[in-house]
Amino acid sequence: MIPLPSPSPSRRVVSLAPRLLALGALAMLGGCDTVVMNPAGDVAVQQSNLIIWSVVLMLLIIVPVMALTVVFAWRYRETNTEATYEPDWDHSTGLELVIWSAPLLIIIALGALTWVATHTLDPYRPLARTAPGKPVAATDRPLEVQVVSLDWKWLFIYPEQGIATVNELVVPVNRPVKFTMTSSSVMNALWVPAMAGMVYTMPGMETVLHGVLNRTGKFAGRSGNYSGAGFSHMTFWTHSVAPARFEQWAAGVKRNRWRLDTASYLRLEQPTEKVPPLGFGSVDPTLFRRVVAICVKPGTDCMQGMSHAGPAVNDRAPRDGEAKGALTRDPSEKGESPHLSAPHGQAPGQNDPGAGSNRNMTELHLPAPLRARASKEA
Amino acid sequence: MSDDLIKTIFGRLSIESFPIHEPILIGTFAMVALGGAALLGALTYFRLWGYLWKEWFTSVDHKKIGIMYIVLALVMFLRGFADALMMRAQQAIAFGGNEGFLPAHHYDQVFTAHGVIMIFFVAMPFVTGLMNYVVPLQIGARDVSFPFLNNFSFWMTVSGAVIVMMSLFVGEFARTGWLAMAPLSGIDYSPDVGVDYYVWALQIAGVGTLLSGVNLLATIIKMRAPGMGLMQMPIFTWSALVTNVLIVAAFPVLTAVLAMLSLDRYVGTNFFTNTGGGNPMMYTNMIWIWGHPEVYILILPAFGVFSEVVSTFSGKRLFGYTSMVYALIVICILSYLVWLHHFFTMGSGASVNSFFGITTMIISIPTGAKIFNWMFTMYRGRIRFELPMMWAVAFMLTFVVGGMTGVMLAVPPADFQFHNSLFLVAHFHNVIIGGVLFGMFAGVNYWWPKAFGFKLDKFWGTISFWCWVVGFWVAFTPLYVLGLMGVTRRLRAFDDPSLQIWFVIAAIGALIIAAGIGAMLMQFYVSIRDREKLRDFTGDPWNGRTLEWATSSPPPAYNFAFSPVIHDLDAWHDMKQRKAERPTEGFRAIHMPKNTGAGIILAGLSTVFGVAMIWYIWWLAALAFVALLAVAIGHTFNYDRDFHIPAEDVVKNEDVRTRALQSAGI
Repeated sequence: MIPLPSPSPSRRVVSLAPRLLALGALAMLGGCDTVVMNPAGDVAVQQSNLIIWSVVLMLLIIVPVMALTVVFAWRYRETNTEATYEPDWDHSTGLELVIWSAPLLIIIALGALTWVATHTLDPYRPLARTAPGKPVAATDRPLEVQVVSLDWKWLFIYPEQGIATVNELVVPVNRPVKFTMTSSSVMNALWVPAMAGMVYTMPGMETVLHGVLNRTGKFAGRSGNYSGAGFSHMTFWTHSVAPARFEQWAAGVKRNRWRLDTASYLRLEQPTEKVPPLGFGSVDPTLFRRVVAICVKPGTDCMQGMSHAGPAVNDRAPRDGEAKGALTRDPSEKGESPHLSAPHGQAPGQNDPGAGSNRNMTELHLPAPLRARASKEA
Repeated sequence: MSDDLIKTIFGRLSIESFPIHEPILIGTFAMVALGGAALLGALTYFRLWGYLWKEWFTSVDHKKIGIMYIVLALVMFLRGFADALMMRAQQAIAFGGNEGFLPAHHYDQVFTAHGVIMIFFVAMPFVTGLMNYVVPLQIGARDVSFPFLNNFSFWMTVSGAVIVMMSLFVGEFARTGWLAMAPLSGIDYSPDVGVDYYVWALQIAGVGTLLSGVNLLATIIKMRAPGMGLMQMPIFTWSALVTNVLIVAAFPVLTAVLAMLSLDRYVGTNFFTNTGGGNPMMYTNMIWIWGHPEVYILILPAFGVFSEVVSTFSGKRLFGYTSMVYALIVICILSYLVWLHHFFTMGSGASVNSFFGITTMIISIPTGAKIFNWMFTMYRGRIRFELPMMWAVAFMLTFVVGGMTGVMLAVPPADFQFHNSLFLVAHFHNVIIGGVLFGMFAGVNYWWPKAFGFKLDKFWGTISFWCWVVGFWVAFTPLYVLGLMGVTRRLRAFDDPSLQIWFVIAAIGALIIAAGIGAMLMQFYVSIRDREKLRDFTGDPWNGRTLEWATSSPPPAYNFAFSPVIHDLDAWHDMKQRKAERPTEGFRAIHMPKNTGAGIILAGLSTVFGVAMIWYIWWLAALAFVALLAVAIGHTFNYDRDFHIPAEDVVKNEDVRTRALQSAGI
């Protein structure tokens, strides 16, 4: 009987043999000690178990198929005159029944597993446990982190602590984290493979991801969806620390005199890459809502939904100066389309939609006061 | 001249649009220009223009058009592979502080162009060309239902390819990935020509593909020889039928999505923008509603090829023909029910994700049934390991691993870790190279003697085969491992030096594949050089089972002097068993369609239109559009469309064949 993961907080029973078999298969690919197969977070661990189960179930078909292919190809080669030759044998009801039903049974099993696991591991669903046998009490609230994917860096806002960081995520070990995410410009995806899978961040919309880290340490994080020139360096470190250490770190960032408000956010929004970690000691509490509703810039209308609790409804009219269609432009507004190596357009770091220099590759040159390093405290 | 006037005449085209600041591109352009000039010069010197125009470019013969499609595919393959080599090289060296030799604005174009070219201008023309060549012959027809449309479709595909190639030297290409997701591809975030090149190349080529789908569908339904019911059709024709159903149902969606994206970019509508009621998720959904059937359009003809090849070279009927047909139909229907598995991570909710995950897994059932049926065709057969059969066995061993990783990706929570990672990249290259490409190579080796009258050289073919098989595994297994190590696709630089060894191994694999490609080109050269030694005199070099082997190699323009009458599946094999006699008298004049230049002219005007729209040269676009309509309408008044091959010519031709068969001892 194939044990299935149950959605309740009770302990999951996994028999060891299929796990070893699949691990053996994966080990041949050197997949044993990779971050996806040996992660540090409970959600990712459950995801890796699913991978193993799907491999095992598939191998039940794949191994016989590959073996028989080789056997038949060798045995019935033309030069082997001893093998039977039945040129007109082309049908066998019994064999057909097996051929269709064997994969069908395996897919039924895998399908049932998929349905249950997809609901259990729905990123929008609050965690029921932080580890096998460690349920989350109804009174425990997850750590809230608001995430904005910018070009080409990550902004993390901790509303409870009233701080914010760029390109540095610090979480207390064994405490569930709830990410509420959006994007400033194009779609990205928040991906910390050690913790949980990824979910897209989309402009004007809010997505949610729940995860937890069960070990202290430093884990790689990045964007999982191509978003332009600076995508390759859109990485950040995730630090999982003891709860007391987390409080210490948060207090340290709080002492940072820079404030994340409309003005500093608009500066952050400018396209830059390879941004070192930054910290903001205070945060405008309405900022995230306005980022989701795409109305940070003063004088812009917010999208519906800002006054409600839910995600924004996209009904905001384009503002003046937002890019017009090409056919409606005057000849002088047509812009140029030079080869990108040529110096062109405005200085890097502008944020006017439609400007040719928007996608220039640049490095961040913030004024000195903004260059506080939060990582010194972490 | 005022600036406005220059902008009105030239749109946004300027001196800066040419790569005058980039020595590498100038060098490449110079080489291409010199090579092109040498080619054009040679054609002029040997007075081949007349021959090319009359015999090939204006031909409405499905056989010539099929060959031209495959030539296009092979030429574009070299460009797409060059992109692949550049990517592998960049990824093998860009570690620590090393940013590699390709800055972002080049690297991002390279991976976008690689995907676009390989799917739209290599795999699609390859598949279309093979179906075009083989299907009419297999069903005993003289041509497709709409021969002029066939020619037009081909030139529209070429037009798209020309536009993509142009982007290398004038302006630049899209930097969005091969599907140009919104909002990155909108005018806010990609204001330059790149995405416009992408849109117009695909719109124009898409018209060609759609019409080709209609054409082949009508041909298969209406033009089968008497006695050939649907269940007596060769299995490759069945796979072509199902593929063209997919084309006809899916490509209009691509046209619609790209049209909406164009409206966003040109008129300022808000289909896929961040504001104004736009929704980029709609783009993702629609592009994948097209995108998933597209990959089945690529693989099903390859399955058809393997069915023919395994049956012929095992000397046995295909096992479970009925079952294979139903498997094709089930795959066709199911392929429309899985598209969301390409974006499980976009937050559709658990029930929606599960539904699409489960339907994706269900597709593996008929696919698995097909693999079993090929195996049991081999069972108790007498297998000859000619090149097509070697490719078939390599496919069976390679593709199943790709299928397995596909099912792994189909589990949504697992996909949350795999999405957009190198694991995904390894999976789809596994099924595309192991499935589609191996199928195309098998098809080329199988039907080459039919098309050209001589076999392909086996020695160089074997070298190419082993380089490809070994090279593929060396190049892509590291990518599976890297995916498990949390590496995303489309990266051009890495911080973690422990990853480098895997990328170096992958680069070595790419070089082995390059050797395989070189060996294949060598195979073509040697075979053409030694064609007399490799000559096929009977028209049936492999002891085939389907009707195309009943004709001479190459077949006459009219394919069959008399429509064959079909009694059973594997019609030619049946004829051979019954010792059917070939008619040698009573030939009549044969009604044939005339060549026409309208196709290439219309496609040329489409190219001008596309380029004008890309560069915002509105007056030229309007002119080209009007000219297009005028030529198209004018062409409908051309009543001089057909001619008859006189009976004497048919008699002469058939006598030559009779003599050839007699001297071969048949």
